[in-house]
Amino acid sequence: MSQLAASGVGLLLALSVLGIFAARRALGTRLVYAACAAVCAALAGVALLGLLAPGAGLESVEIPVGLPLGRTFLGLDPLSAAFAVIVNLAAAIVSGYAIGYGAHAREPQRVVPFYPAFIAGMNLVLLAQDAFSFLVGWELMSLASWALVLSEHRSPENRHAALVYLIMASGGALTLLLAFGLLAGPHGGYSFEAIRRVSSAGVGPIVLLLALLGAGSKAGLVPLHAWLPLAHPAAPSHVSALMSAVMTKVAVYGFVRLVFDLAGPPAWWWSVPVLLIAAVTALLGVLYALMEHDLKRLLAYHTVENIGIIFIGLGLALAFEASGLRAAAALAFAAAIFHVFNHSLFKSLLFMGSGAVLNATGERDMEHLGGLIRRMPVTAVAFLAGCIAISALPPFNGFVSEWLTFQAILLSPQLPQWVARLLVPAVGATLACSAALAAACFVKAFGMSFLGRPRTKAASAAAETDRFSQIAMLSLALLCLLAGILPGFVLDSLGAVTQLAVGERLAPQSAQAWMRIVPIDIHRSAYSGLFVFVMILLAAATTALVVRRVASHTLRRSPAWDCGFPDASPVTQYTAGSFAQPIRRVFGSVVFRAREEVAMPKPGDTAVARLRVELRDTVWDALYAPIIRLVAATAERLNRMQFLTIRNYLTLVFAALVALLIIVGTWR
Amino acid sequence: MSYADWLIQLAQTALVLGTAPLLSGVTRKIRARLLRRQGASVLQPYRDLLKLIRKEAVVAENASWLFRAAPYLIFATTWVAAALVPTFASGLPLGAVADIIVIVALLATARFLLALAGLDVGTSFGGLGSSREMLFASLAEPAMLMAVFTLSLFAGSTQLSSISAYMLGPGAGVNISLALALVALIIVSIGENARIPVDNPATHLELTMVHEAMILEYSGRHLAVMEAAAAVKLLLYLSLIACVFTPWGTAVAGAGALAYAAGLLAWAMKLALLAFLLVLFETAIAKMRVFRVPEFLGIALMLGLLGTILLFVSKVSR
Repeated sequence: MSQLAASGVGLLLALSVLGIFAARRALGTRLVYAACAAVCAALAGVALLGLLAPGAGLESVEIPVGLPLGRTFLGLDPLSAAFAVIVNLAAAIVSGYAIGYGAHAREPQRVVPFYPAFIAGMNLVLLAQDAFSFLVGWELMSLASWALVLSEHRSPENRHAALVYLIMASGGALTLLLAFGLLAGPHGGYSFEAIRRVSSAGVGPIVLLLALLGAGSKAGLVPLHAWLPLAHPAAPSHVSALMSAVMTKVAVYGFVRLVFDLAGPPAWWWSVPVLLIAAVTALLGVLYALMEHDLKRLLAYHTVENIGIIFIGLGLALAFEASGLRAAAALAFAAAIFHVFNHSLFKSLLFMGSGAVLNATGERDMEHLGGLIRRMPVTAVAFLAGCIAISALPPFNGFVSEWLTFQAILLSPQLPQWVARLLVPAVGATLACSAALAAACFVKAFGMSFLGRPRTKAASAAAETDRFSQIAMLSLALLCLLAGILPGFVLDSLGAVTQLAVGERLAPQSAQAWMRIVPIDIHRSAYSGLFVFVMILLAAATTALVVRRVASHTLRRSPAWDCGFPDASPVTQYTAGSFAQPIRRVFGSVVFRAREEVAMPKPGDTAVARLRVELRDTVWDALYAPIIRLVAATAERLNRMQFLTIRNYLTLVFAALVALLIIVGTWR
Repeated sequence: MSYADWLIQLAQTALVLGTAPLLSGVTRKIRARLLRRQGASVLQPYRDLLKLIRKEAVVAENASWLFRAAPYLIFATTWVAAALVPTFASGLPLGAVADIIVIVALLATARFLLALAGLDVGTSFGGLGSSREMLFASLAEPAMLMAVFTLSLFAGSTQLSSISAYMLGPGAGVNISLALALVALIIVSIGENARIPVDNPATHLELTMVHEAMILEYSGRHLAVMEAAAAVKLLLYLSLIACVFTPWGTAVAGAGALAYAAGLLAWAMKLALLAFLLVLFETAIAKMRVFRVPEFLGIALMLGLLGTILLFVSKVSR
């Protein structure tokens, strides 16, 4: 099993080299993407086998390269396998989409070679069973995706995004390096096996902090999310899908591996910072998304929200595990990983949909779209399914993980610490709020892009996307529905993972009547997505039939009524900005210090009335702007050193030497 | 689950549908009487629905398939949600496959589709309604969930039948958290059913339109289905409050025909009382400005949260 997976990574790296030559021709590009899809599908299959048949070939492969201190171990334990299924399933479908979509790239040689390397990097992180290969994979993933962000390097926006991303990624990798260094202890056993054997008492809290910084910055936890809405949309849409839907999941894997597996038994208070940050992330992420009119940036901000939801589950699992409530910990952890799976599905779907729209219209700004449901019916159906799923509405999959998280929250009065008991209901309210706001956000996203009347020529001339893209999007939409109505199978396959992470698993679910899931006790709570789905279908069919029998069949098309004052101009429609205005006014005045100014001409004056809206990114202003100013100011000062005389340089060299000697001397 | 249980479930499913227009007829009648008007017959909503259904449907030229499918889907989701609330008998088979959180989420699905339907034709009124509806929902939905959490923590279950049974049992008493949850739930019901002071379904003035603005483009059979969905939703909320806070008289599954009849009578009386109180409140208060509504619903959210936190901190919950 592990050998197969490791050779899959090797194949992807080989494809990456091949991509350099293949990118010259459109056919070569397509072939590379097709090969990526095949390899990823095979990897997903191997990982699924490893997950469902634990013990069968979970031994690690030793590779004779690595640090002088140790060797490289690759292997699939249940945790790696679960994430490998999630990552490779999404990557396979995204690669299938890229067969069609990637042909539109303006400079394929800037995309095709890095794309397989990116997937290989992510797989290497998951397969790594020692710190060295983990970090190599992590850096490969970061650098390859950085190159992909830069693929459309002519726009200054993208260059800025790539710079911010590079800085954040290297900072994150540094903290992870420190975390592994601390865990390995003084003897430097860098394989995970060795780290588990070393007692890590004392370093746990620091490892948690470093994991929050390192993995959290990659995942997009507030306030380290700043790079994410810049970098994710800058890349070509299939890469955006991978970065937003899949790479953030690798970051979650890194956090879980460090905190749940390697850092030893958690203390109860570890959950407090995790839950706090997660709740803030969930709420701020969705509010940012609501203020955004750029479709791809909206989706990227929404990833921030979903990462918040995932970390709420992880934080709850930490709290329960530390207090010995293992069944509850298993529920919270399973809910988090279920949401990881769900988000990888619907976020890839939505990014692919936005890519199809971008291709058809050349627009990412929702204010320039509209009416695409008539021009692009297949994309619209798939995108709608993704919108319903991400808004946590039944019978789709997003609701299941949210429901499980709520069930975990409802178990938390059992926690002995009053801090946790005060915090958890507030976190629950935040989660509920962010779910409702997410629905508003996706009404806006779908409504403004696909419904209404076309706002521009480009939108009214859009054509449906290619077959490959359609199949990829529809298959993801179907998976979203299937995971929503048959959640028991997903939960059962996560059994070994929860066992590994929190030492307990949920009771088997797939044998339950009606395919329902029963997390704790049948008298406590149960949910059957299948049943709800069938009921809705039956009810809708019955209604339609009855109405058909009784009602008048005539249907007349006429101009819109609009209270008697229809206006022919599509400009009179609600826009994304006006849709979000009430929410901006209620929530944004504090969070974004939103200001609105209306310049209304005097009665009788025919001048144009203007509305000016000002939004501030408070996190950027408070945290990043001062750092940037400090760096710039320091660089300004240091710049003088470039223009010194040779004597001054010699003096500086001497002074530095003396200072170093003094430091070394006093150290002892 | 016996055969009879399913029969009772089916009866309840049909009952909520059959009586929903009657309930809105009754509320209109009470309202008219309170305003010293004669008022239409309580059966008027049935006649309205029949009239609408027989008229031709006029659909805007650029309306998509979503516009025509949405009424049926909205109606179906609302109906399924209403069928999950015990009316005259509790302990029903559907309770074991979908709990109260699912009811909240199903209503959210209906609202999501309704807001999309409002945006489909691309008129300013539709957008206005959708935008406001989603703003209100962003506060009303968490408020309702918080109230639901309070109830679930008391009963140690998210299933409505268990909650109802718990409230009948000796464990429940007058409790501050319960009172807070009740107030939160009432505020949410007022907001979600487009009642005064949040919205006024009786007018077509721009300033008072939320729900009506979204369905402005509908006519004929589509409008009839939309109106029926709204009626079912009102019935659902009142049934929910009745089932949880006044569980007396509700028959338990498997009880005899007499118990069912008594449950039916009790349910009808509870609904009539709640409808009267709702209308009394409506006639006594003025419509709010749109941006006062988030404060009103925010109160519900805070009350719900307070109720939950009180429960979390005190160790009453199971």
